[in-house]
Amino acid sequence: MNWLLPPGASTFAGEIDWLYYVILWVTGIAFVATEVALVWFLIRYRARPGVRARYYHGNNKAEVVWTSVTAIAVLVLGLMSAGGWNRIKGRDSVPPNAFPVIVHAKQFEWEITYPGPDLQLGTADDFTVRNQLHVPVDRAINATLTSEDAIHSFFVPAWRIKQDAVPGMRIQVWFQPTQTGEFEIACAELCGLGHYRMRGSVTVHSEEEFDRWHRNGGQLALGQ
Amino acid sequence: MATITAPTAGHIATGEAHAHEMSFLRKYIFSTDHKIIGIQFLIMSLVFLLVGGLLAMVIRWQLGFPGQAMPGGGVLPDTMAPDGIVLPEFYNALVTMHGTFMVFFAIMPLLVGVFGNYLIPLKIGAPDMAFPRINMASFWIAVPAGIMMIAGFVVEGGHAAAGWTAYAPLSERADLTGVSMGQILWCISLIILGLSSILGSFNYITTVINLRAPGMHWFRLPLSIWALFVTAILVLLAMPILSGAIIMLLFDQTLGTHFFGPAQGGQPLLWQHLFWFFGHPEVYILILPAMGFASDIIANGSRKPVFGYASMVFAILAIAVLGWGVWGHHMFMSGMNPTLGTSFMISTMLIAVPSAIKVFNWLGTIWGGSVRFHVPMLHAVAFVSMFIIGGLSGIFMASTPVDIYIHDTYFIVAHLHYVLFGGSLFAIFAAISYWYPKMFGRMMNPFWAKVHFVITFIAYNGVFFPMHQLGLQGHMRRIFDPNEYEFLQHLQGINTFISISAFVLFAAQFIFAINFIASWFVGAKAPDNPWDDNGLEWTVASPPPHGNFATIPRVFRGPYEYSSPLVEEDFLPQNRELPPQPAASAAHT
Amino acid sequence: MKRILIGGMVLSLGACGGSEEAGPEGGDAAAPAAQAAQAAGGGSVTGVVDFTGTAPVNPTIDMSEEAVCQRKYATAPTDPVVLVTDGKLANVVVYVKSGLPAGQSFPVPSTPAVIDQEGCLYHPRAMAVMAGQTIQIKNSDAVLHNIKAVPTKNRGFNISQPRAGMTTERSFTTEEVTVPLECSVHGWMHANVAVLSHPFFATTGPDGSFTITGLPAGTYEIEARHEELGTRTMSVSVPATGSASANFTFTGSTS
Repeated sequence: MNWLLPPGASTFAGEIDWLYYVILWVTGIAFVATEVALVWFLIRYRARPGVRARYYHGNNKAEVVWTSVTAIAVLVLGLMSAGGWNRIKGRDSVPPNAFPVIVHAKQFEWEITYPGPDLQLGTADDFTVRNQLHVPVDRAINATLTSEDAIHSFFVPAWRIKQDAVPGMRIQVWFQPTQTGEFEIACAELCGLGHYRMRGSVTVHSEEEFDRWHRNGGQLALGQ
Repeated sequence: MATITAPTAGHIATGEAHAHEMSFLRKYIFSTDHKIIGIQFLIMSLVFLLVGGLLAMVIRWQLGFPGQAMPGGGVLPDTMAPDGIVLPEFYNALVTMHGTFMVFFAIMPLLVGVFGNYLIPLKIGAPDMAFPRINMASFWIAVPAGIMMIAGFVVEGGHAAAGWTAYAPLSERADLTGVSMGQILWCISLIILGLSSILGSFNYITTVINLRAPGMHWFRLPLSIWALFVTAILVLLAMPILSGAIIMLLFDQTLGTHFFGPAQGGQPLLWQHLFWFFGHPEVYILILPAMGFASDIIANGSRKPVFGYASMVFAILAIAVLGWGVWGHHMFMSGMNPTLGTSFMISTMLIAVPSAIKVFNWLGTIWGGSVRFHVPMLHAVAFVSMFIIGGLSGIFMASTPVDIYIHDTYFIVAHLHYVLFGGSLFAIFAAISYWYPKMFGRMMNPFWAKVHFVITFIAYNGVFFPMHQLGLQGHMRRIFDPNEYEFLQHLQGINTFISISAFVLFAAQFIFAINFIASWFVGAKAPDNPWDDNGLEWTVASPPPHGNFATIPRVFRGPYEYSSPLVEEDFLPQNRELPPQPAASAAHT
Repeated sequence: MKRILIGGMVLSLGACGGSEEAGPEGGDAAAPAAQAAQAAGGGSVTGVVDFTGTAPVNPTIDMSEEAVCQRKYATAPTDPVVLVTDGKLANVVVYVKSGLPAGQSFPVPSTPAVIDQEGCLYHPRAMAVMAGQTIQIKNSDAVLHNIKAVPTKNRGFNISQPRAGMTTERSFTTEEVTVPLECSVHGWMHANVAVLSHPFFATTGPDGSFTITGLPAGTYEIEARHEELGTRTMSVSVPATGSASANFTFTGSTS
């Protein structure tokens, strides 16, 4: 049984993974405690001749204790989660200098539009690459998710990032890769018969390598 | 109460008078007897449970042995599985219909339709439901809904393939899936089934409020009845929301409206809000009755009063109320305002509290008991231990940052099956084996029932526990072939293991099915009260006569007076009148 | 336009006149009985579709993600939108647009029309079928293709072929020019199927030539349709036996 998460490769991984392990410990302890108590009670209080069960209707003090302990535990976990959520998904969490891209999802591909040399989206020098997300390492990327048809979900497991792309909406999601290399984009929301292979590739370049790719982008790109 | 006693007594008299003249058709097919209707629901929903399970086996074949010809798959048409190899569009239909059948046609009717019908009048001391004919209608409305839902498999374009949650616009636009008629049938069937549920639920509510026997105070109701009562209220409030949403979806598909079509100004997220505003109460509809049965059976098996009866009731009420404020936790990744995510996270965390209270109270009930390991008790204990896992795994996805990673992965699939199978279905097995003697007048074979329990428990964990691991590796749900992704290829071994466990799990259910059918004919004759239970249903014959009670019983105490010092035996039926004992009678309600 | 008007008048005459075979176009040749039994007249239309000017550059397809398909190409594959070989234009559907007697039905060809998916492209890219004729869709690639038809008058479909060697048969019931086919997995894959109510059609190959056979004598409006370059029409008089010729020319720099 492997309860470890696979290696993360973005700035979010540390926070999400840490929170996951905290919850794993808290729930793990609760799990062991309750299951052991259950099994122990079943063995200890199995029916034996001549032994009568206690005639006992409950204990208000015990009720208050376990209600409060549970409530405090889940509320603390909730408050711990709220900060991380705001840092990752909050509307104003996107760093101002983030590199912008548009990720347009359609059955069953990801069309990724990069700004041209002017670094502005929506201008004539934008170029679009199919199923290939190229990004520089250690730099925040601000992706605008749109969808052509059904709802898709942009999921890069190594970056611990997931966000639905909904037709008719423009949804911002940002992330900052911390490792160069090749990763995979998966679609996490059922979007039709080709959902299972709505796959894209992520290439995280070093800063210089990305600049070179970006400058030559028009050549590799499908459209203009 | 006294005003009700007289008319109901009259009702019984006429009921018994008619019992001998009724034709087979009126007695067993178009019956207004709540017991017959309950058994009809039982047979129907067990058939659908089998159908849903069969679909799951095809899913597991594809995931365990991707791209290989399925044994016996040759019988399927080329639009589903040419040469016995499952097609992606058929896989999506399988996933959709497995969820649909299990939620709407198996678990929900098993809990509510079967036991709501069978238990409520018997346990509250009523001769029948408040509206017996509406009760009959609620069953006979559900039948065409089920036939229609099955018919979807044979229409052109295949069955609905947009997931049981039918997210628009995938469900709304036929060109995106190639499915048109199947999705329309899905909609119409659920609208009809919703009507059946609504009719059933207000019948239950009315019956519990008005037909309780004298002395059956609210706080003397068994927890199973409390749970069914609160569930009926949830059904009555939630089902119309689903029906309304599905009618909108149906209009989008057939009349050219665009409630959920963004190109024409509709909003896909509206569907999700409506669906989950129904869907989350629905989750509690699927677990509250299970909790109620478990409470009854654990108290009986432990020979002890339920620990903290009042807090158990308040926990049911708290879950029912809080359940309306958590639907957004299904939508953390949907693109709704992230600020809402935090509010829904907090409400979701809070709803863990009443669930935890119930677990602690079950533990407290067993503590100090004298545990009899009869088959229903085994299933009820399995329910508690599996519900613990399902409840705790819910905390991971309630935490919004962690949910970013595990949302829509197999971690969710593991969680929901720990709640719905480990929770609801084990409680259903517990309840069926517990009330089977009352329903059919015969005992199920305890040896084969225990064999079924042991194999089911082990194989079940073999299926669903490793799914947590898949989810933690990022394995998305509802994908036809995970090997398309490099990061999932190393998980094939786990998937194959899960599939083999699933086949064992499915095969083991035939032990149950054979035991169920065979015991009906050749099982040992059941005594009136085989489990030494205090409930009113155990004071009448097995099976109870039409009209249930010769005279309306009087209730003197709560349902969990086990091992009371007032009597020599370790149980004390609710309707047994004790000679006045000034010292002891004040000690309990 | 004028020709269509005349045709319309002829049709209405025929309708009013009852049994009488009216007009020069209605068919002084083949007897109605023979037409019903066997569509084949003895006439045919042959011709060549030429292309002059500069052909637009076909876009390159980046198939790097689909190694199975990319391996089938020595050089980077292009999307064959406009295929010109030695001045001849391929993938033009040539068919009888009007002039056939009204209300006449023709037997549906028993041989299926085959469309193959190979190297993540459709072969052929343009085709015509008769309504009701079986279309056999093949997958020669060891990858998932889905075939999505988005017609306006017919019933659409969206089916998948996850394995090499699979064939699926479908048909359309109503005349519709044209039904686009696409693969949603490989967004560059497109094909067009013209669904006609009669069997008088042909598609040009690389040499630009076509032959429509089995036509009864008469004067017809023939249309040549290319998905990118549009349509050309021509009026052709077909003898009872023998061949009439119809050559079409598309020119470059249309856009």
